[in-house]
Amino acid sequence: MADHLLSWMTFAPVIGAAVIAGLPGRYKDFTKWIAAAATAVPLLLAVQLFLQFDRTTANMQFTEHYTWIKSFNIEYFLGVDGLSVPMVLLTALLSFLCIIASWRIEKAVKGYFSLFLLLEAGMMGVFCALDFFLFYVFWEVMLLPMYFLIGIWGGPRKEYAAIKFFLYTLAGSVLMLLAMIAFYYNVKDPVTGGHTFNMLHMMDQANHGGILALSNVRFVIWMGLFIGFAIKVPVFPFHTWLPDAHVEAPTAVSVILAGVLLKMGTYGLLRISYPMLPDQAVGFMVPMAILGAVNILYGAFCAMAQTDMKKLVAYSSVSHMGYVLLGMSAMNEAGINGAVLQMFNHGTITAMMFLCVGVIYDRAHHRDINGFGGLGLQLPVYTSVFSFALFAAVGLPGLSGFVSEAMVFIGAFPTHRTITIVSALGIVVGAAYVLWMLQRVFLGEKNAKYDSLPEISARELCTLVPIGIIVLVLGVYPMPVLDLMKVSLNHLIKVVAG
Amino acid sequence: MSEHAILLTALAILLLPLLSYAVLFFLGKKLPRQGDWLGTGLLGVAWLLSLRIFARFWAVGDPGLRIEGGVRWLDLGRFTADAGILVDGMTAVMLVVVTTVSFLVHLFSIGYMHGDRRYERFFAFLGFFTFSMLGIVLSNSLLFLYVFWELVGLASYLLIGFFFHKPSAAAANKKAFLTNRVGDFGFFLGILIFFTAYGTFNYFELFAAAHLDPLSGGLLTLAGVGLFMGCVGKSAQAPLHIWLPDAMEGPTPVSALIHAATMVAAGVYMVARLLPLFDPNALLVVAYVGAITAFLGATIAVVKTDIKKSLAYSTISQLGYMVMAMGVGVASAGMFHLWTHAFFKALLFLGSGSVIHAVHTQEMPLMGGLRRKMPITFWTFLIATLAISGVPFFSGFYSKDAILAGALAFGMTKTHYVPFLLALIAAGLTAFYMFRMVFLTFMGKPRDEERHHHAHESPWTMTAPLVTLAVLAVVSSGWRGPSEGWFSRFVAPYDMARIVAQAPGAPHADEVHAVPAAAHDEHALPQEPHGEPAHVEATHEAPAHGEAAHGDAHDAHVRHQAHLTAMVLSILVAGLGILVSWLTYVRGRISAPAVLARLPRVHHVLQNMYFFDEFYAATVYRFTLWFSWLNGAFDRLVIDGIVNGMGYLTRVLSWFAGLADRYVVDGLVNGVGAVIQGAGEGFRRVQTGRVQSYLAYACFSVLLLVFVFRAL
Amino acid sequence: MTVGLEHYLTVSALLFGLGLYAVLTRRNAVALLMGVELILNAANLNFVAFARFVDGGVEGHIVAAFVIVLAAAEAAVALAIVLAMFRNFGTVNVDTVNRLKR
Repeated sequence: MADHLLSWMTFAPVIGAAVIAGLPGRYKDFTKWIAAAATAVPLLLAVQLFLQFDRTTANMQFTEHYTWIKSFNIEYFLGVDGLSVPMVLLTALLSFLCIIASWRIEKAVKGYFSLFLLLEAGMMGVFCALDFFLFYVFWEVMLLPMYFLIGIWGGPRKEYAAIKFFLYTLAGSVLMLLAMIAFYYNVKDPVTGGHTFNMLHMMDQANHGGILALSNVRFVIWMGLFIGFAIKVPVFPFHTWLPDAHVEAPTAVSVILAGVLLKMGTYGLLRISYPMLPDQAVGFMVPMAILGAVNILYGAFCAMAQTDMKKLVAYSSVSHMGYVLLGMSAMNEAGINGAVLQMFNHGTITAMMFLCVGVIYDRAHHRDINGFGGLGLQLPVYTSVFSFALFAAVGLPGLSGFVSEAMVFIGAFPTHRTITIVSALGIVVGAAYVLWMLQRVFLGEKNAKYDSLPEISARELCTLVPIGIIVLVLGVYPMPVLDLMKVSLNHLIKVVAG
Repeated sequence: MSEHAILLTALAILLLPLLSYAVLFFLGKKLPRQGDWLGTGLLGVAWLLSLRIFARFWAVGDPGLRIEGGVRWLDLGRFTADAGILVDGMTAVMLVVVTTVSFLVHLFSIGYMHGDRRYERFFAFLGFFTFSMLGIVLSNSLLFLYVFWELVGLASYLLIGFFFHKPSAAAANKKAFLTNRVGDFGFFLGILIFFTAYGTFNYFELFAAAHLDPLSGGLLTLAGVGLFMGCVGKSAQAPLHIWLPDAMEGPTPVSALIHAATMVAAGVYMVARLLPLFDPNALLVVAYVGAITAFLGATIAVVKTDIKKSLAYSTISQLGYMVMAMGVGVASAGMFHLWTHAFFKALLFLGSGSVIHAVHTQEMPLMGGLRRKMPITFWTFLIATLAISGVPFFSGFYSKDAILAGALAFGMTKTHYVPFLLALIAAGLTAFYMFRMVFLTFMGKPRDEERHHHAHESPWTMTAPLVTLAVLAVVSSGWRGPSEGWFSRFVAPYDMARIVAQAPGAPHADEVHAVPAAAHDEHALPQEPHGEPAHVEATHEAPAHGEAAHGDAHDAHVRHQAHLTAMVLSILVAGLGILVSWLTYVRGRISAPAVLARLPRVHHVLQNMYFFDEFYAATVYRFTLWFSWLNGAFDRLVIDGIVNGMGYLTRVLSWFAGLADRYVVDGLVNGVGAVIQGAGEGFRRVQTGRVQSYLAYACFSVLLLVFVFRAL
Repeated sequence: MTVGLEHYLTVSALLFGLGLYAVLTRRNAVALLMGVELILNAANLNFVAFARFVDGGVEGHIVAAFVIVLAAAEAAVALAIVLAMFRNFGTVNVDTVNRLKR
């Protein structure tokens, strides 16, 4: 297993999915246990990855390199560096917890869990792939289970949401596909001299030729990639699929959607756009910072206007991903490291928030913020946990969100002074919508309707507490994650910004 | 005590309340007595340790001595940030303030919160607050100052909303947090500007760097004002003071600890700590904001009938004094006022808590005549009132006097007399409304017999803190007044030359390194006999040093004059205030309703606290809500509209495409098929299966071919 | 009037036309066979005539004799088929014997 760590991580869920698919539908419990086991394997391997990862080098590690489709020079090429390891850890952790959070799924159990496992495989693959074609394949593999998970197990408007999600993402993929082909034909493999899909070759500017020498073409390719990834992030104005998808998706799928899928957009930018088109990245810093600021403030104000808890959390995701963009646009150590840390932290914090919303939705069967009130007296433990998550989202020091947001601001300020000042208003607005919701849901007089609402269960706590501990530990001492990524990211900055 | 031991002690002081929080939060319900003894005990230990550090610095008597220790917290290569502890005289003073008041409030709460359903949670939160507040005091970098700054905000949020089932409390804690966030926005920007310019968060490295290479233009002012915004939020300065009166929704011990003695003073501490980062323009802003706040708070306190609300505005007013002290160049006097105010204001709040506990109301018109029922509460409350009113020989007199002297000197040298005048009026008003409070609450006849009948003196856990604080309210300025200048052993203007010399990477650091100790001794000695803190501290602490050195002799003269004038004036206005109060509320010579009836406009404005809340409700809140509604609607209608419109358009197009497909493309395809079928249909008829007809075709074909070939 | 090649050919063409007419129009299998015989004999006449007037050799006569033999053999086989046909279907009408077509 040690030799093919990444392959095992990627394909263990596929094996699980296959086993579940072959199992008769009546073994529901057994199905869930298999799913848990199939996600536990990547989680354990992720721990091993965390322990064995060499933090002193920016090179790709745990690489696996095989020829896949020879005639087009397509390779099966996996590997991780400091940028992907945090994402891999996040994926493994959230997938496992989401299986536990999905324990009470009753509708088409077999289908749900096999699709979920397939989804995890796709996500892992995206974060591990170093061959552009392979990356694209995994990217699309992930899309389909998501479509069905929203479209079958979702809420009242699930079809609308699923189709919106699918079409949006597909539009992004097409742009990415075009960019990929442009790279394929214009990047020379330094060894064989042929075309290549190898990302590492694509990152080396010396291999670029053909139309890639023209800056106009490079700009078009950059924009194609950027829009493709921006849809996933999602960057204003491509974000409206997100609230709908979140509102309709079942809890665990929302968690994955916000926790992992959104990160793929920014991951793609950092893995593909930045190193492959560094000149364009540098030229695009200001627009990107503006988009980041817009995301931060627009998302926050939109969140304030919502009355559906899940929609509020969804818009808070838009806002928080704005910090990632702002940090990425800073093009310096604090900014980029802060951005990637924010990707990780947003994954954990939003996961907590969605899980918490799921808990109350399971009990009260609605999510209307104004329909609650005074839950703090009825559900003290739940209130503490949710407040913890919300304060983490507000960026309270001592919790992980603060560290990354502060780093983003510290990084962005020297590069984009005015934009950063405007974005910093987000810390006020962000606190406003969260506290307002907290007040309306948990504080005030108790709503007699909810006198018999049961307290959060042990199983639900099991999904929340591990993330909570991570949020707290990284808030107090963020270096464990920063250590993983700083060498790779600093190398990236050197490559991009010189 | 070695430096190492001091740092470890400081760390222990910091972590003990955190331990209390952690244990009580998770296990509190299971402990005997819900663990109140644990929280109080741990705070007691922290208090003793703080006294130890205090004693140590007393013995050294060097306000410039500082002990720092830290660990690397973030390390990204070029970007680094350290977490560190700083212990110097100012820290020692603050440690004592925080742990003393916190310990006494813990003790007081055992009686006050008795029987509350979230009793253990209350002690847990108190522990958490104390931890955060000590963090502010002990941290040695802007980043961690900000970290703990936010954490005290959270603690304040949790404690204001402790009775969160009351909608008013639930609204008040949100208001407090958000108002503070507005201030923190500026604070954070200030931090960003300084970090960007100098690449460090450490106070003293920043001081040295800013001293050697000041920021140019308005940036320094902007950064200073930014930092000051944090203070405006946290220390409830106008125009962000609106949260503090509402914060009185919290239990009274919380008001005493957080919203009177410690947390609200954090802003003052921050400005005093970071004084070298403020340029003269920023300090002018600080002076005016402080003076206006002092005046504003005092005027509103005069008309409030809710005892806690009145005390809250009194706190705002007193904080205004401290802030003004920072601005007018007597930061040490401001810190001194922070120190004395912490004790007497905590005492006032706890005393009011004792009263509220007894009569179950906060409305002063429903009290009266409690003097006999609650003698300990009365006498301690009176002592605190004398202290805050600035009556000689009580602690408040010395600190307030020093501030007024500084303000007057500032006015004389800079011709900005407004701060001094506002502060002087506020001093008179303070004496008036504080005695009004005493008279209404304790003197006269009981106005509500029922309540008065049930009133009784509080248990010892509540009176003991009162007595302790009363003693401190008298003696905290020093046994014989501050004339020996004991406070300057702890807090004195920063010695920039020394800081620069000690800074890492300072020019010629090696050569200068040995010098400061000796140089400082010479510098420090002449200070001692000088006497009054106002003298020592009035050296303008702004980074404008060349200016300060220039007119030194003249300034010293002005300050001496100012001091005498200010002292006389302050005694006069305080006496006047007390006299008017006595005439109004005891002798009945002046009828308060009649006076108010003569001034309906003023009364209306004061009763509504200058309409700040209404103003914000009409502007900021409304705009924010409207803007968020607008964004939400924009998202739903415009952006989603475009998206859905695109979807609709696609469907319309696809419908047309479908038509075209069916009739054009399919038409072609089907047409080909039809032609072929028709042809087949025709040819099928040829295929009769009759050999003879085939033969006939063959013959005719042959004939045809013959003809064709003939034609060729 | 001397009888030349044209006359022979004319007779032969008439014979061929009659034979062809019989083959194309008659439904009776025996009549069909007779038509075929006529066509063959028309060909024989042509061979002999061309041998006499154009070639002068004996090849035409030999082929004619060969055709007569072949026609006898053909008639024998065909009549056997017609007999079998009559036995199976009870008719010698070629149009009714179309089972393959159905």
